[in-house]
Amino acid sequence: MTMKSVLAGATLALGLSTGAFAQDTTKVGFIYVGPVGDGGWSYEHNQGRLALEEHFGDAVETVFVESVPEGADAERVLTQMALQGADLIFTTSFGYMDPTLNVAAKFPDVKFEHATGFKRADNLSTYSARFYEGRAVQGHIAGQMTESNIVGYIGSFPIPEVIRGINSAYIHAKAVNPDVEFKVVWAYTWFDPAKEAEAATVLIEQGADVILQHTDSTAPQAAAQAAGNVITFGQASDMAAFAPLPRVSSIIDNWSPYYIARTQAVIDGTWTSTDTWDGIGPGMVKIGEISDAVPADVKASAEALRDAIASGEYHPFTGPLNKQDGSVWLADGETADDGTLAGMNFYVEGLSGVIPQ
Amino acid sequence: MMILEKRQQPSPIWSLATPVLAVILTMICGGLLFATLGKNPFETIRTIFLDPLFSEFAWYYRPQLLIKGAPLVLIAIGLSFGFRAGIWNIGAEGQYIVGAICGAAVGLAFYPANSALIFPLMVMAGALGGLLWAMIPGILRVKFGTNEILVSLMLVYVAEQLLASMALGALRNPEGMGFPGSRNLSQYPSAANLELIAGSGMHWGVVAAFVAVIFAYITLSRHVFGFQVRLSGQSPRAARFAGVNPGLLVLICMGISGALAGLAGLFEVAGPAGQISIDFNVGYGFTAIIVAFLGRLHPVGILLAGGLMALTYIGGEIAQSNLGLPGAAIQLLQGMLLFFLLAVDVLTHYRVRFGKVGVA
Amino acid sequence: MDLSSINPVLLFASLMVAATPILLAAIGELAVERAGVLNLGVEGMMITGAVCGFIVAVNTGSPWLGFVGAAVGGAMLALLFGLLTQVLLSNQVATGLALTLFGLGLSALMGQGYIGIKAPGFPDWHIPLLGDIPVIGPIVFQHDPMVYMGLALVGAVWAFLKYSRTGLILRAVGENHEAAHALGYHVIRVRVLAIMFGGACAGLGGAYLSLVRVPQWTEGMTAGAGWIALAIVVFASWKPARLLLGAYLFGGVTVLQLNLQAAGLAIPVEYLSMSPYLATIAVLVIMRAGRAPGSLGQSFHASR
Repeated sequence: MTMKSVLAGATLALGLSTGAFAQDTTKVGFIYVGPVGDGGWSYEHNQGRLALEEHFGDAVETVFVESVPEGADAERVLTQMALQGADLIFTTSFGYMDPTLNVAAKFPDVKFEHATGFKRADNLSTYSARFYEGRAVQGHIAGQMTESNIVGYIGSFPIPEVIRGINSAYIHAKAVNPDVEFKVVWAYTWFDPAKEAEAATVLIEQGADVILQHTDSTAPQAAAQAAGNVITFGQASDMAAFAPLPRVSSIIDNWSPYYIARTQAVIDGTWTSTDTWDGIGPGMVKIGEISDAVPADVKASAEALRDAIASGEYHPFTGPLNKQDGSVWLADGETADDGTLAGMNFYVEGLSGVIPQ
Repeated sequence: MMILEKRQQPSPIWSLATPVLAVILTMICGGLLFATLGKNPFETIRTIFLDPLFSEFAWYYRPQLLIKGAPLVLIAIGLSFGFRAGIWNIGAEGQYIVGAICGAAVGLAFYPANSALIFPLMVMAGALGGLLWAMIPGILRVKFGTNEILVSLMLVYVAEQLLASMALGALRNPEGMGFPGSRNLSQYPSAANLELIAGSGMHWGVVAAFVAVIFAYITLSRHVFGFQVRLSGQSPRAARFAGVNPGLLVLICMGISGALAGLAGLFEVAGPAGQISIDFNVGYGFTAIIVAFLGRLHPVGILLAGGLMALTYIGGEIAQSNLGLPGAAIQLLQGMLLFFLLAVDVLTHYRVRFGKVGVA
Repeated sequence: MDLSSINPVLLFASLMVAATPILLAAIGELAVERAGVLNLGVEGMMITGAVCGFIVAVNTGSPWLGFVGAAVGGAMLALLFGLLTQVLLSNQVATGLALTLFGLGLSALMGQGYIGIKAPGFPDWHIPLLGDIPVIGPIVFQHDPMVYMGLALVGAVWAFLKYSRTGLILRAVGENHEAAHALGYHVIRVRVLAIMFGGACAGLGGAYLSLVRVPQWTEGMTAGAGWIALAIVVFASWKPARLLLGAYLFGGVTVLQLNLQAAGLAIPVEYLSMSPYLATIAVLVIMRAGRAPGSLGQSFHASR
């Protein structure tokens, strides 16, 4: 008997024993790219896990491993979870895409869910959040709050996710304030408090009085507070400690409803492989409380915009919209398709600067 | 008062006993730590140190030990030559990165061609990349007397920036939806460093690590180069009288360590990791320095030390997942293990005596 | 592109703040290396200081006590390093790397339960008279006290090494420990004290991040600042005055590239980020190795 058939046999035997266990408790695994104490991306996924435990009580057992490097280590941790009888595993970073695909192929009876990726299989779903919907609301507030007409934007890496956010915020700021200008700096990190603080300070010194950030630490908030007269928005988590000023609102990653729904589907036996991209409507993206520092009429119109996006009545990328070079992207009334949004690598008309390649 | 008295020769008994002592001390202190965290200390210690080897799923974990340990051993073996001769290359992390970039670049340049020559070419490029990167501190030391510890460390940061640039630019996967990171080499048959026997964990990197151990053992114990290395470390003056060219020795030692680190990077990027990404390096180059010292710079010791480090990584993941232990507790345990191993080594080289300071 | 939007005075002012954490850590490490000890565990001591400072500050409500706690925490971790390398004669490179691993784990465990809380405020100082000077006053003389503390420490270490007898002993121990021992100095004692001073400074640097810059506790928040501090010491050729230059250069490159980006200039960020390290290597080559303390990184054991 070859090594391969031993492996397959063991996997099969395990699949059977997992089935027997599943009647009592459903085991759900999570792997995180950062520590659960990062206060941002991994922290919010872990909040989702805790909500899962709360919701199902003894019917569900959750396990997690934190700070798992993308690559071979992720593949090992996933395999280990599957071997230990996990029924459903959430892999919460883009870099886990290929490892998840590989492990999913080895364990056909285990369900996998990969965040922010685009590769799927019969037992591998993908899910992501339409954060750009939240960016639209931020842009709407930012455009009206700015007095210098300069909005600073701290980008992490020049990838579609971040570019989408910049475009969305800009379109909605421009709609309420034709004179608004965006200054974008790329920090080339998701999390580096010192660098983020410097980026925020630089933007403030160059005249920005609104700071939007796509990095996870609270350092830009502190920099804005120190400078005074600058407003910011929480990223990933609410950052409520900085409300009411400088933080006037936030985008919160809220994975709980999705995690609960998918776990329920596994328990009911109705789980199928899907591609989920949810926004404000289903509650995956939450807009944090808009503070009293924002005038009542601005707050009301921002909430109206939020509700219109949530109900599906309005799409943040609705034509007429041109690309940065002036070519037509969306005709009047046309809305962007998900394919273009997923791979977005261009600025819309009016934004200055080039996207680093 | 406690006095340390230098032994004429390192004690062979203690050199074997100290690692065992260190592991036992770590288990005791780690057990106390886990107890304060509200976990069962015995179960936790068993999970970390024994489950990867003897549990129900050990058939999966044992090969994983090879995969996790191989790059550590390969790099540490290379470093051990220099460390013995008093040449301190602590920039293996950078050489690992550059080796991976060069090897991957060669592989990606041929994509999607099919040829049996591609992988050997990548291996050569990987080794050469690491070697050249290590030559920078080597040549600077020989030519200008620059401190190689500091130069090699600085070059790690330069390599990290280079890696980010490559992942975002030149080597970015054109079909990757705009995300950073290269094509997955492990899915490109001509360039993939796959398991040689499925399920065994044996890929070319593991083979290379074992070959390096044997090669190092023979060189150090039988070959004149090994003698020169040892002599230079013990007494640079004596080595010069014995005809050792110190500059050449620096270049050779830096070259060996750089080439092996580059190889480790190439085998990792073409196999287990699969692609060049911004966070491709996970600190193997630094951990390998610790492994080299834990193994007392002896090839067999390094092999065992690499295995022990891999064990704590894998056992630590199992403990996190099965027992809910925080990841930080594992880091702390590893730190403790290293401290104890380094601390008890004093017994190998020194005799502890109690009493007044005597006349020698 | 609009370079006129970059204000050099403002740029310098933000540099003073940005450089503070690495400057604090680097001045400590400089003293340690001048005593002949290479402690690569700066990152571990910084993050331990960051968490100790945060915990003390949150529980007492006083950022000043927080900084004291950070210094004590950093020094305690450094003492562990001192014990291993000086008494038990372990290898300094390996022990330093292990110290970083240990510190990262320890801080994460200690910080559980402190996530999402904000540190008590640490108001800026308005220095009388100087702070009222037009243009420069508000920019250079209205920072928080730790910015000036960092500068004062650099001055103090410079004076200590240059003029004090103890400083001379410390340098002697670093240059040639055999000779210093023969002259009757306690090599180990001097080194352990230097190591603890280095730990305390690194702790202060870490706490500056967790109490002033961010100011929250998050795991791994030093994000490599300790390694930059090590680089700066080398860049400065172990001279306190040049340390300032180094810290401003390293901080300056980051601030400058962000400024150029914000001004709309397309620049290769990664290559610019490499430049301080390459500059450090160039400095090392130009200065020659003779400038490094003679006994740097070597263990000392009194044979007689």
